[in-house]
Amino acid sequence: MSKLPDIKNTAEAKTRAIVTVIGEDQVGIIAGVATILADSGANILDISQSIMQEFFVMIMMVDLAKAKVSFEELKTQLNAKGAGMNLKIDIQREDVFKLMHRV
Amino acid sequence: MASSSYSPQEIVETIRMVQMEKLDIRTITMGISLRDCASESAERLAIRAYDKICRKAAKLVATGEAIAREYGIPVINKRISVTPVAIVAEAASDADQLETMLKIAHAMDRAAREVGVNFIGGFSALVHKGATPGDMALMNAIPQALAETERVCASVNIGSTKSGLNMDAVALMGRVVKEAAQRTAAADGLGAAKLVVFCNAVEDNPFMAGAFHGVGEPDCVINVGVSGPGVVLRAVEAAPEADFGELSTIIKRTAFKITRMGELFGRTASERLGAPFGIVDLSLAPTPAVGDSVARILEAMGLERVGIHGSTAALAMLNDAVKKGGAMASSYVGGLSGAFIPVSEDIGMIESAEMGVLTFDKLEAMTAVCSVGLDMIAIPGDTPAETIAAIIADEAAIGMINRKTTAVRVIPAPGKKVGDSVEFGGLLGRAPIMPVHTLSSAAFIQRGGRIPAPIQALNN
Repeated sequence: MSKLPDIKNTAEAKTRAIVTVIGEDQVGIIAGVATILADSGANILDISQSIMQEFFVMIMMVDLAKAKVSFEELKTQLNAKGAGMNLKIDIQREDVFKLMHRV
Repeated sequence: MASSSYSPQEIVETIRMVQMEKLDIRTITMGISLRDCASESAERLAIRAYDKICRKAAKLVATGEAIAREYGIPVINKRISVTPVAIVAEAASDADQLETMLKIAHAMDRAAREVGVNFIGGFSALVHKGATPGDMALMNAIPQALAETERVCASVNIGSTKSGLNMDAVALMGRVVKEAAQRTAAADGLGAAKLVVFCNAVEDNPFMAGAFHGVGEPDCVINVGVSGPGVVLRAVEAAPEADFGELSTIIKRTAFKITRMGELFGRTASERLGAPFGIVDLSLAPTPAVGDSVARILEAMGLERVGIHGSTAALAMLNDAVKKGGAMASSYVGGLSGAFIPVSEDIGMIESAEMGVLTFDKLEAMTAVCSVGLDMIAIPGDTPAETIAAIIADEAAIGMINRKTTAVRVIPAPGKKVGDSVEFGGLLGRAPIMPVHTLSSAAFIQRGGRIPAPIQALNN
């Protein structure tokens, strides 16, 4: 599938993305984000959360292989959800993290 | 799954690099060959060039922006470089050659506007050994072309390690730089900010104003320039006690991460645009924004201000560590690859120059150990053309002897003198007028001819 095995070595890596939530901890963060993801057909593969430098950080790895909406649309929805909860919510394709942190 | 889980620290590090430390992809530059556009008719040449640029680059801007959104890392500039115009336009014989060159400049400008790129490079000539009539026409057309167009950038290669320095071209370019500034006097000599005079010019440089699409390149190619002085600064600041070996390792590791982003963006853009991936240029390119300064990295190493004793050594170490870290991160590294030290585009350089700490001569010394050369330096408007030519000759000599690319982009700001400053706005920034030597180099420049190629042995 990929002509560039040195970077994108699997088909699933192409459809995986990382959702990040950064801000003040509050009730309903996971529910809010998970609802948007479920409605979009994005499958949550992994969730982790921690407190770093006084900020709540939640990270979700999602698979968009069966997503019903475009990447851009999902990003817009998540950004808007974040703005409504005074959080920074974003989604980025997984390759960015893979390349930067894995040799 | 295990191998691709990331720790929160890793995720946050990446996000912090982008949001707080201004990590960005500085430019995705599409190189386009115009060799197949040559014609005996200047009109037909201009139409072909316009059409080809618009066709190849139609999706460049939209693609760059889409990739930036998906990966969450900004792509600041989308740009185009073309085959040196002197080569393409020389065959047009139905019009005055100077008119032909201007016609192409306007066609490039219109095409750049049409596809939405802010700069298009390649209004260029390669005259390191000698100039053809077409090369002469191009060089003579540069001041008018830069004054009449908005987005066109010009460059001229006047020397190389293998051929020596073409001092006739050096003398001519001294006059061209001065006239380019004078014709854009109302904008503080902005024309000269879009003109680079090279020694050992590279064919795959994605950075403006010196980008052109070399004759050894394919029909169309994607080159990427990364940035990230802020990321390196933060890493250096976090290690105040580190010795130089440790510091070098820290910079290498950071450069690796930055360059990986360039590789990812280059390959993705290349795949989506259907053009082969050329190179990642792993340069540290500053912007006037606070926190995006190469000067601040040198100061974080322990220099009170950039430009004092120790600055050359600090820059040499930084430049080398960036190359070492970056070289491992990408399959194809090219372009200029190193640390840029433009004065007007770097807040630390601007401040130090305003204080009189950073001098023209110290900048020249620093260019011997880093990427590019005397870049974006504003000098008095009454500086004689011969002095500008002598500045070009000095810088080219450094490149020729050290087998590296050097360049001169000085702006003799019309009507301005030491104590004044010029404001170009945007990424080009602002600069105080820096003093240059006022005694004459004219007799030296008037000799003309060529400085022979240097011996490549007995290296001392």
